[in-house]
Amino acid sequence: MLEIFARLATLVVHDLIGLEAGTGLGDAAHFFVEDTLKILFLLAVLIYLIALVRASLNVERVRAFLAGKAQILGYLLGSTFGAVTPFCSCSSVPLFIGFASARIPVGVTMAFLITSPMINEVAVVLLWGLLGWELTLIYIAVGFLVGMLGGAFLDAIRAERYLQPFLAQAYQQGSAAAAGGGEAQRLTLRQRHDFARKEVGEIFGRVWKWVLIGVALGAALHGFVPDGWIEENLGAGHWWQVPAAVLVGIPLYTNITGVVPVMESLILKGLPIGTTLAFCMSTVAASFPEFVLLKQVMLWRLLAILFALLLVAFTLSGWLLNLVEPWLTTGAGAGG
Amino acid sequence: MREIKVLGSGCAKCNNTAERIEAKASELGVEARVTKETSPEALMQYGVMSTPAVVVDGQLVHSGSMPEPGQIQEWLQ
Repeated sequence: MLEIFARLATLVVHDLIGLEAGTGLGDAAHFFVEDTLKILFLLAVLIYLIALVRASLNVERVRAFLAGKAQILGYLLGSTFGAVTPFCSCSSVPLFIGFASARIPVGVTMAFLITSPMINEVAVVLLWGLLGWELTLIYIAVGFLVGMLGGAFLDAIRAERYLQPFLAQAYQQGSAAAAGGGEAQRLTLRQRHDFARKEVGEIFGRVWKWVLIGVALGAALHGFVPDGWIEENLGAGHWWQVPAAVLVGIPLYTNITGVVPVMESLILKGLPIGTTLAFCMSTVAASFPEFVLLKQVMLWRLLAILFALLLVAFTLSGWLLNLVEPWLTTGAGAGG
Repeated sequence: MREIKVLGSGCAKCNNTAERIEAKASELGVEARVTKETSPEALMQYGVMSTPAVVVDGQLVHSGSMPEPGQIQEWLQ
């Protein structure tokens, strides 16, 4: 079904505008038109459908559900809710406060916060559409593991000691432990439709520029970086490349919707899968603006631990994936 | 005189919410003082988990989205 966008791009770029296939500019333009159309289409349809289903889920319900759960289950649930709840980094602070004051362990909250930007329905569908199911599953597995193990680690070192004092106190007292708000609302189809329409508008308004930037970057890589250059210079075999990619990626910020086309392009050009995933996940999962926000609820010490934790986690994942890459059936161009 | 606080960590939606309320108040000729609260302590005090949130005369009336004009009108009257 999605081939229609490739054909549409061929029609527009090669036939109408007259840029030739096989030239840098022609290939870049084709990539840009195809991916932009495909992504925007997928986004609109999917956000709408998923919002219909999700209309009655809100953070208060998630909190009521997470409160008092045993820890192992807590990390899994934290990551799962992180994956299914839409998330914008500007809501991480109120969410953190709300969870902490209900005595939800910091690790469970962090499992939620780490997984949330990395995995969501939009990411899954884009990855599937552009890169194939195998990479999609790997991506999801890594996202979950990093979130859950990261959360468990933070609890193991008793990270709640490094919250800002007002919040550490609230956590101790569990001031909102008995807070309500856990009831499901009964919604009519009409209300669900209204909610879904609003969601589409809102998410679209937030991510379209990331899509354009991401696709433009991907297109530029695709059209103008010579074939083989990346493989020769950044190919497997240099152990330091993965941590370097993560170090560069963490302070950079993009939305997952913007990063998938870049991933597609990098993999097509022969960058090892582990290095690509490690770089892209680190740009999505963490950023300077988010750290600045989290400073409101955490002491520097905890922020530094979190930074180090993500660096180590993504580096290990990248190395591991580069090691097993020869055994993967889909690699470059799986979905292209 | 209505005392209205918009809670939220400085996101665009929070600013828009405050502007909407101010606009509605002057349209209705209601005296209202709208202030923006960005501190995390304020969020905790009112138990707010999704922003923007609106507090009217010390009472939390809304959270999680930009309020509709109809809702704002109710709070102001």
